[in-house]
Amino acid sequence: METAKILIYDGSFNGFLTTVFKAFEERLQIADIQSNAICQNGLFSETETVFTQMDKAKRVWNGIQAKSNVAIKNIYFSYLSGQRGIELILYRYIRKLFAKMPTSTSDFSDSLVLKISQLAKSVGREKHRMEAFVRFQLTQDGIYFANIEPDFDVLPLISKHFRSRYADQEWIIYDVKRKYGLYYNLKSVEIISLDLQEVYGNSIRKNDTFSGEEYAYQDLWNDYFKSTHIKSRINRKLHTQHVPKRYWKYLSEKKQAV
Amino acid sequence: MSFERIREKLNILADAAKYDVSCSSSGSKRANKNGGLGNSSGMGICHSYTEDGRCISLLKVLLTNYCIFDCAYCVTRKSNDIKRAAFKIQEVVDLTISFYRRNYIEGLFLSSGIFKSPDYTMERLVAVARQLRLKENFNGYIHLKSIPGASDELMYEAGLYADRLSVNIEIPTISGLQLLAPDKRHEDFTKPMLKVKNEIVRHRAEKKVIRSTPTYAPAGQSTQMIVGATGESDKDIMYAATHYYSEYRMKRVYYSGYVPVAEDSRLPSIGSQVPMLRENRLYQTDWLLRFYGFDVRELLNKQHPNLDMEVDPKLGWALRNLHHFPVDINTADKRLLARVPGIGMQSVHRILKARQYRQLSWEHLKKIGIALNRAQYFIVCNSRHWQRKDLEPETLKGLIIKNSQGKFRQHYSSQLRLFN
Repeated sequence: METAKILIYDGSFNGFLTTVFKAFEERLQIADIQSNAICQNGLFSETETVFTQMDKAKRVWNGIQAKSNVAIKNIYFSYLSGQRGIELILYRYIRKLFAKMPTSTSDFSDSLVLKISQLAKSVGREKHRMEAFVRFQLTQDGIYFANIEPDFDVLPLISKHFRSRYADQEWIIYDVKRKYGLYYNLKSVEIISLDLQEVYGNSIRKNDTFSGEEYAYQDLWNDYFKSTHIKSRINRKLHTQHVPKRYWKYLSEKKQAV
Repeated sequence: MSFERIREKLNILADAAKYDVSCSSSGSKRANKNGGLGNSSGMGICHSYTEDGRCISLLKVLLTNYCIFDCAYCVTRKSNDIKRAAFKIQEVVDLTISFYRRNYIEGLFLSSGIFKSPDYTMERLVAVARQLRLKENFNGYIHLKSIPGASDELMYEAGLYADRLSVNIEIPTISGLQLLAPDKRHEDFTKPMLKVKNEIVRHRAEKKVIRSTPTYAPAGQSTQMIVGATGESDKDIMYAATHYYSEYRMKRVYYSGYVPVAEDSRLPSIGSQVPMLRENRLYQTDWLLRFYGFDVRELLNKQHPNLDMEVDPKLGWALRNLHHFPVDINTADKRLLARVPGIGMQSVHRILKARQYRQLSWEHLKKIGIALNRAQYFIVCNSRHWQRKDLEPETLKGLIIKNSQGKFRQHYSSQLRLFN
């Protein structure tokens, strides 16, 4: 019997798709698919490194998309969740989609389908949260700058939203956890990595990096936030449910609370 | 611009605007034009939440809180002794743009007290919107208040710049309006509403023929009613709401539990409880009417003029109509599934999809996410176990309440706590 293989890829989504291509093409027994950053040898399986090939990745992407638009979205979103072992789960999901009796993406009574759709949903929720919770601060150089620290790697997902909304201002959104960011230069969005001296959250201490007006506007926003409460209806539980505490340090209106 | 002065004004005018419930920024489609600022994509975004748990998605301010009217329920009424302030047009525009650029808000919600005359006030509101759209090339969301009694010409222009227009009807009954706002006539409210509705209908029709027809209030119009200020019943409120939904094609009717703001013999006194549970039940009813295919007469009628505070309106209806149940999850049509207590529209869609592949059992239903603590008494599925169905409505209600938890439970529980 052929031994099961562990495939190692470079940690990119295209790398993962190439791996899927290889597994299908060579009809491999897959024990696991791992990113080269966190690979671990198995006792009874051999490992093989897969090099990313854009054309193969593209073919997998198109193949899945031809099956279903929901499927490709679910796969990309849940991949971005970065959950441990997500690659193997996704591989099994893709196998199901291409099986002789294909499983539908709407068959929620299948536990794998349900899991992927729920995972995609929580990544989608994080994406939406980031579209809401990014707080730009205007720097001296006239760039609107924001630090974020999302649960999942949602930067690729929110790029389009910010690009089409803030078309006439330069902005940077920088993910502190994953150490990369997006920079919009009035024409296109670039991926950048910065050597940040500190994390720019909602600190009360004024920083020279930002323009003087910036803090005046933050004060105005803080005041506005305070004056919108209706005292007799206070409901802190609901408040923290909508704005979980882990996001507070980047929200200027929660300055006092942190 | 002097930040200190702006700050003071913002505090006064945002504080007065907070009793307007509507903060939605959805339902409009405005793309970013010519590399300008902003868009509104159709789905709303709540950028923050107040400590009472309401969404903050728009910069909600009054242009001024000077007012010539003396409506008893309103903070800015003429006779109330409070600080007054007024924004200049440019100040509102600058604030909106600066907040928007920092991703604090989705756009502007501009309301106003009525100074000099309705038309004079409406003109100012329109001027703010015009400047944002034409001069600043701002494509974010704008919600303007239609001032009761404003002229048709102004309402027409307002709709060209705004995404949504709204008039707050505030008091659901005409007799209540006479009691609390004697200077205002019911017609003053309905006239701008009617104009806006007619324009929306006309623009939609023309757009089908001539594509370059400008959009007119693409997110429609909404209104708001105060709950618990006069002695109106739930039936009065919901029948009025149904009227506005059908006659004026409202996108939304909001219900706002009355927050006592003044000592007045005609109104609940300061410090009395805000009727939040009642507000919640009214919203539930509103949803049942708009999305679940219920008719208002099924939920509220002569025999039942008020909603049951202990259970949600759908469960209340089911308990009165036990002859429709149990429903078979694997065969029932969509309309009937939507009427089962504990099954929301999302679950309905999931059930419809999932049951194409296999017969659903309790396990599946639980995973799909339906509230079995209520639903189990009203359904059968692919399982040999089901609940006894010969329960009396009262027994059933008691059983469900016993096995569920509600956030408002302490408001209506007559049972004393044994501990603490």
